[in-house]
Amino acid sequence: MSIDALTIGSHTFSSRLFVGTGKYKSVELTEAAIDASGAEVVTVALRRVDLNDRSPSSLMGLLLRRSSLSSENAGRRWTILPNTAGCYTADDAVRTLRLARELGVASIVKLEVIGDPKTLYPDNEQTLEAARILVKEGFTVLPYCIDDPIVCRKLEDLGCAAVMPLAAPIGSGLGIRNPHNLSIILEYAKIPVIVDAGVGTASDAAMAMELGCHGVLMNTAIAEAGNPVLMAEAMREGISAGRKAFLAGRMPRRRYANASSPAAGLIE
Amino acid sequence: MNVVINGQPLTIPDGLTVRSLLEHLEFTAGLVAVEINRAIVPRAEHHAAAVREDDAIELVQLVGGG
Repeated sequence: MSIDALTIGSHTFSSRLFVGTGKYKSVELTEAAIDASGAEVVTVALRRVDLNDRSPSSLMGLLLRRSSLSSENAGRRWTILPNTAGCYTADDAVRTLRLARELGVASIVKLEVIGDPKTLYPDNEQTLEAARILVKEGFTVLPYCIDDPIVCRKLEDLGCAAVMPLAAPIGSGLGIRNPHNLSIILEYAKIPVIVDAGVGTASDAAMAMELGCHGVLMNTAIAEAGNPVLMAEAMREGISAGRKAFLAGRMPRRRYANASSPAAGLIE
Repeated sequence: MNVVINGQPLTIPDGLTVRSLLEHLEFTAGLVAVEINRAIVPRAEHHAAAVREDDAIELVQLVGGG
């Protein structure tokens, strides 16, 4: 399957699983889970430094060793996908990603502009406004959005490199709540569709891929699993199985049975 | 000289540049992005950009997130 690469903007990835770096119990577990997931794209957030703890965070140490943050890293490297989590306005999101670019990690960016702290659903108007500005400034923009074909089409028209509709609320683990909408989004879109948020377990990831989605981004489903490393491996296999099933083309659904053994030549 | 860093009032030595401020605070250069009064100070200008009285400074780094 090595020729089945995912291309977003000028980037090409062999893994269709994108993973977050939040909520892990330790940085060692973060690294082991990302390795088990096979992901090449890892999301990070931007926050104020802690003036009372000036040592580089342990995550920074990990990113320096494994990611594109350091140009000296040989071999397989993670691509850092900075997010705008916690931003409620287009201005805040644009400001955050300009700072990410200053850190040298903004070759592709995850835009999310939140509209409500309880659901963490996106604010459509603010997301569209931020996308418009960021595309104009040359960012490769991957927006988190509602699973609405119209918003996805508007984001594509603005020049986003992919759209990332949610499967369910962020961190909810509820799985794909509206596969019908995702199918319509996939039918309309000429850019990659990455399911972002709401996946709970490996069958959810497989289902997204079976629908024809081009990738899945997840964090909590791995980080909050009883065994994050094992779940990361399960997600990798779920993504792979779902992708292969999609490419293979599933059999038609039938209302009644259809025997697999010959009807002729029965022993009488 | 008094400045506000990440919302916290702080007294720092006079005459610092952004680079010497980061050194003074013992942060690793390159791992912290800097804004002064909501304008980004590009890394290439850290050595020359002066920090002034009452500046509102933001120092930002990468952390875990989804």
